[in-house]
Order: sequence, then structure tokens, then C-alpha cells
Amino acid sequence: MSGVRVLEAGPRALLVELPCGEDAEAFHAELLRRRAAGELPVREIVPGARTVLLDGVEDRALAGRLRSWTVPPLDRGEGEAVEIPVVYDGPDLADVAEAWGVAVDEVPRLHARTEFRVAFCGFAPGFGYLTGLPGHLSVPRRTTPRTRVPAGALALAGPYTGVYPRTSPGGWQLIGRMPGPEALWDPGREPAALLGPGTRVRFVPAEVRG
Amino acid sequence: MSAGIEVVRAGALTTVQDEGRTGWAHLGVPRAGALDGPARRLANRLVGNAPDAAVLETTLTGCAVRVTGNRPVWAVVGGAPCRVTVDGRPVAWGSPVRVPGGAVLDAGPAVHGVRGYLAFAGGLVPEPVLGSRSADLLSGLGPPVLREGHVLPLGRPGDTPGVDTVPWPGVPAELVLPLHRGPRDDWFTDRALRTLTTAVYRVSERSNRIGLRTEGPALGRARGGELPSEGMVLGAVQVPPDGLPVVFLNDHPTTGGYPVVGVVAASALAGAAQAVPGTPVRFVDA
Repeated sequence: MSGVRVLEAGPRALLVELPCGEDAEAFHAELLRRRAAGELPVREIVPGARTVLLDGVEDRALAGRLRSWTVPPLDRGEGEAVEIPVVYDGPDLADVAEAWGVAVDEVPRLHARTEFRVAFCGFAPGFGYLTGLPGHLSVPRRTTPRTRVPAGALALAGPYTGVYPRTSPGGWQLIGRMPGPEALWDPGREPAALLGPGTRVRFVPAEVRG
Repeated sequence: MSAGIEVVRAGALTTVQDEGRTGWAHLGVPRAGALDGPARRLANRLVGNAPDAAVLETTLTGCAVRVTGNRPVWAVVGGAPCRVTVDGRPVAWGSPVRVPGGAVLDAGPAVHGVRGYLAFAGGLVPEPVLGSRSADLLSGLGPPVLREGHVLPLGRPGDTPGVDTVPWPGVPAELVLPLHRGPRDDWFTDRALRTLTTAVYRVSERSNRIGLRTEGPALGRARGGELPSEGMVLGAVQVPPDGLPVVFLNDHPTTGGYPVVGVVAASALAGAAQAVPGTPVRFVDA
């Protein structure tokens, strides 16, 4: 794969940097395939926006091998899609519509017809950064973050879509909400996160009740 | 009444900690676990526990617990040195002590260092979450921070401990942290990189289980812009916009958007766990 940089992150970790997010997702998928095949003895594989971190690396020669890997392009249609019901009634719908240059009622339509994929997790357990929206539909973060974003809030920032697994502060633009957000994260369940890296996701408009 | 402990005095911040939860960073789950790993393992060894058994980690002011049930429990207080009593009578710090059923084991304020460890024969056995009994203060997983009246169950004691005294590491007067450069050292000016390994920083009182914050000369960046979120390792020295290095400890976020100038070897982090605010910090090339 061209444009792969392998950086050391201390004596036991490697940070693999790719030219773009799509390449990082493809590289991550390849790492998971190789680990499943028993070819990659590492403790953690942590995808980021344009990187994949390998932690618990004992084999110093791995860095050289990573650079020479042939990695197939990402198959975004791989695996079954998780369907998330969502009510598109967020307080930032108008701001997002303006940023996108469309009418307010176009936002749910454009969002719900997009095929998403969890690129990476972070911020809180079970919070996935979902890619899939085309580049021209990126939106800035809010200039003033909210001190309280409710659990289940469906939100946009930069190229990403996310659903808050629990109430927390946040600076993303809120366009809707998922009923029953407790399904996003349950440490007693396997898998604990509904939206783990690599998961395909579709948002399905739900009826407003009550 | 079954074997357990009841919190009589919770102290400033007392949590249950074991080796932490690994293998979940890709879901945004921090590793957690005792900050001073060697102290936790030593304390467990002294009461005949497996090294990964769960203990109490205290912060500066210690804590006090009552042994529930009728049977005596072997316990040890280690890590940061402090005065130890059982029902008000002084007992040895750093060695196993027999605490009768109903008696109160009190670990006093730290004389040196920050974090004390209370290990009990059988280990603490609250319900594990994702394979660990550690409290994770960043994301709230695991048992809650201890409060007065909390009761924690104990497991079955193992073999009688075969050792009763061991050398405990001292608390360093100066924290020397061996630093592996990168992965984002190229985000900083040459002058900043020289400053990092020559200047004396001090431990900030805003330090916590997430990170050891420092005060000292700010590190200037060689480039602007934002770093797209990337995975973070234990010991990562992250530099936020104020330019002051933060050494990531066990409850660190799994991904972050500020550049990591270098990584402190995990073996040096036990010292960081015990460094009180104001302690001089030197980063040296590993």
C-alpha cells in the first residue's frame, strides 16, 4: 500500500499513518483479517481518523513488514448493517441545512439514505465516529459546545456522524435522537458496543410518539 | 456475615483497582488499573493473593475500613508510606497484619508519595466489568469511587503468605522519566524538543488518574492545524494548546487530538503515581 508511514509510539507500539480516512479503514480491516488468521500478535488495534495504533507489539520487525503489505480497497458493503431508529428533530437541523445549502426537511432525507460505517471509536465507551457522508456535507463543530447533550442524540461534526451513548458535554451539531439509546453500550453484552469499528450502519426515520 | 470490608472513612479518592481492562481500547474503553503497579503486586504477594487481585488505591489521605464477618482477615498497607492502625493501635506499614472480624484498619495520610494500596487476603471481588474490577474514572466503568458505608466482598484467601517483609521502593524526590521520541515530535520546534529534555518541570496539582500534568516552559509547535484523532498509549506525553506536557496515566482517553511528543516507558510510571504536586520532573532521552 502506498503512502504508509509507520511511526513508533514508545517501545511497544506502532502508529500506522495512512494518506486518508478511507485508506485507514481499509488498513484496519486488513489488520483484523490478519489477526483473526493468527498472523498479528498484538494486544490492541485502535483505529483513528487516519491512523491505526498497534499496542503491545513485541516483534520489532513488524514495522518493516507493515509498509510492504498489499491491502485490498475497503468493501463498504461488507457485513450486515445495524439499523438505528432515529427521530430527526434536533435543535441544529436549521444550521446543518444552511451549511449543506438545502431545505431543512432535506437534511433527514439526505442523512437517512447514506450508508455509514464506524471508522473508529473514542470520546466515551461505545461512541463511534461514522463515515459515509460525502465531503461536501461536512459541518463545523458548534462554536460554543453544549454542557449537556442527552443520551441518544444524533450528531454531526466534520465528516462524522455519531450517536451519544450517554449524557455528556458535546460540541457536535444535533440533528435528531435515537429512542432507546441504552442499546448503544452494554458492558454485559457481547459485543458491548453496538457501533464497534467496521460496523455498517443505516439510520431509519422513526415515527414520533407522544 | 460473609467476609468483606465496610468503608468507615473513604478518604479523598479511594477506588478498587486490579490490573485493568485491556483489549477494549478500540471501543473507547480506557485501561484503568492501579497507577503504581509494582506496589499493587507487592501488596498482593504479601497477603498470599495472585498478583492481579483487586486492591484499594488511596490518594494522599488514606482510608479506613471495617472487616465484616467474624473471621480475621490478613491485610497489608503499602505504596505511599503512612501510619497504620487496627482499632486505634499502631501496626506495621508494609507488612501483613491480622485484622480481627469487626476491627477497623486505618491507613493514615501519606507521609511521602500519593497513592497507598490496601490488599486483603482473598482480594476484593466486586462484580467485574469487561474482565476487570478496576474503577475507571474517565468513563465511569467498574465499581464506584468509595463512600462511607460501602461494602465490598472478599474472595477466598489463598495460601498463607510465605513472606512477611519485603523492600518497598522509596518515593523519588525527583521524577526522572525516560522518553522515547515520537510519534508526533515533528509537530514541535527544535527548540521545544531541546527544552523538553533540558528544562525542569514540576508536577501540577491538577494531576489525576488520567494524566500527570506538568508546569514549566511551554513547548512551541512547528506547525499549526489540528491533528485528526488517533490512538493513544499509556505513558504518551501529549501536548495540548497551552504547550505543557501531560503524561497519560491509566485512565487516559483511548484516542486524542493533541500531538504526542514522546512516550514514557510504562516501567517509569509507578514513580509518576507517587509524585506529589511540586515534585521536579525531568524528561530524559530513553
